[in-house]
Amino acid sequence: MATPASREVVIIGSGPAGLTAAIYTARANLEPLVFEGEPSSTSDQPGGQLMLTTEVENFPGFPEGVMGPQLMGDMRSQAARFGAELRVERVARVDLSARPFRIWVGDPDAAEPTLTANAVIIATGAQSLMLGLPDEKRLLGYGVSTCATCDGFFFRDRDIAVVGGGDSALEEAMFLTKFARSVTLVHRRDTLRASRIMQDRALQNEKIRFAWNTVVERIVGEQSVEKLVVRDTVTDEVRDLEVTGLFVAIGHQPNTGLFAGQLDMDDVGYLRTEAGSSRTNIPGVFACGDVQDSTYRQAITAAGSGCMAAIDTERYLEALHHGA
Amino acid sequence: MGANISHLSGSTFDEVVSGSSEPVLVDFWAEWCGPCKMIAPVLEELATELDGKLKIAKVDIDDSQNAAIAQRFGIMSIPTLIVFKDGQPQKTIVGAKGKAALSADLAEFI
Repeated sequence: MATPASREVVIIGSGPAGLTAAIYTARANLEPLVFEGEPSSTSDQPGGQLMLTTEVENFPGFPEGVMGPQLMGDMRSQAARFGAELRVERVARVDLSARPFRIWVGDPDAAEPTLTANAVIIATGAQSLMLGLPDEKRLLGYGVSTCATCDGFFFRDRDIAVVGGGDSALEEAMFLTKFARSVTLVHRRDTLRASRIMQDRALQNEKIRFAWNTVVERIVGEQSVEKLVVRDTVTDEVRDLEVTGLFVAIGHQPNTGLFAGQLDMDDVGYLRTEAGSSRTNIPGVFACGDVQDSTYRQAITAAGSGCMAAIDTERYLEALHHGA
Repeated sequence: MGANISHLSGSTFDEVVSGSSEPVLVDFWAEWCGPCKMIAPVLEELATELDGKLKIAKVDIDDSQNAAIAQRFGIMSIPTLIVFKDGQPQKTIVGAKGKAALSADLAEFI
């Protein structure tokens, strides 16, 4: 059997962290190979979470703002320009127990890995959490959505709900007011986690209503969402919320299933890195972006940590080859 | 690019979908939909590979001429892919997927 191809560095993930790591490692002549992932309608996809957004207002260098997919397309072109190889494929399995690290694409049970790498940069990000309600999956695409920018269009003049209390929830709610007659923000607490500027905008928006201390108990509907049954967490009172659309923005979980049992993680599954670096518990394996960051979770911090991972990788490989 | 993929509109939809001897996969999409753009290259590859077995066509739901078609098939999320046989919808696939998953979804029609 042919020996699997060997690489200096493989990057898994193609959001701001992965692509920044690609730009830096490509410029360091490490000829990085980036596994971008496969298309999907959640945030677990090529280009990452920004592919599901519209305007990004807080990425430095864009005084007028920039569209999320545009920003990611530009980062991708920038990485490609310096020789990064980008593949729209999903990694199926990794074996980090010995170097060179082994990586499988396609059949995870194949005897031989697809390729091997001296260093691996993990930038697999995070994906949207769902509510976990019985009818949620069945009605996904029929009134239940995780992508306001994709589906808002179909809710013109309708009454809809957004669940969540962070920046993403408020951004979605605000975006959806362009189409909907009303947007009810369903939040389980009585205060928002979102940034001040987003809160102010949402509170001033006439189309946005707030259902505080409220959780969704049930989604009702045969062919599509007809209404929600919600519960007040203080009074325990249960009532109907008459909406025909439900947008879920309750946060994210890190995409670390591939690394279970191999890399150190916290209780929720975020990869642990050494403070002030991108080093994981395995020398030669680096992590950057939301997969190791449950605190900041911004495009700019992801990009910054992608740069750190690239520089850490470069130094690691240098020491490896020259026995420093 | 996309030589095998036709763009349907309100006036051509029924003619193309009902008049085809092969099953037709219709992609409901819009310019502003990130996941729709992601699957476009996948659909182009499939259109070439499945040439003669399956036709692939697109409907831009943001075009006012096409609003009635999207409504007729209850589209509430994009991308939505519907497989038609003899003009009748057979299978609906909601959301973006990779090539392997999409090929598996289409296997029964090939």
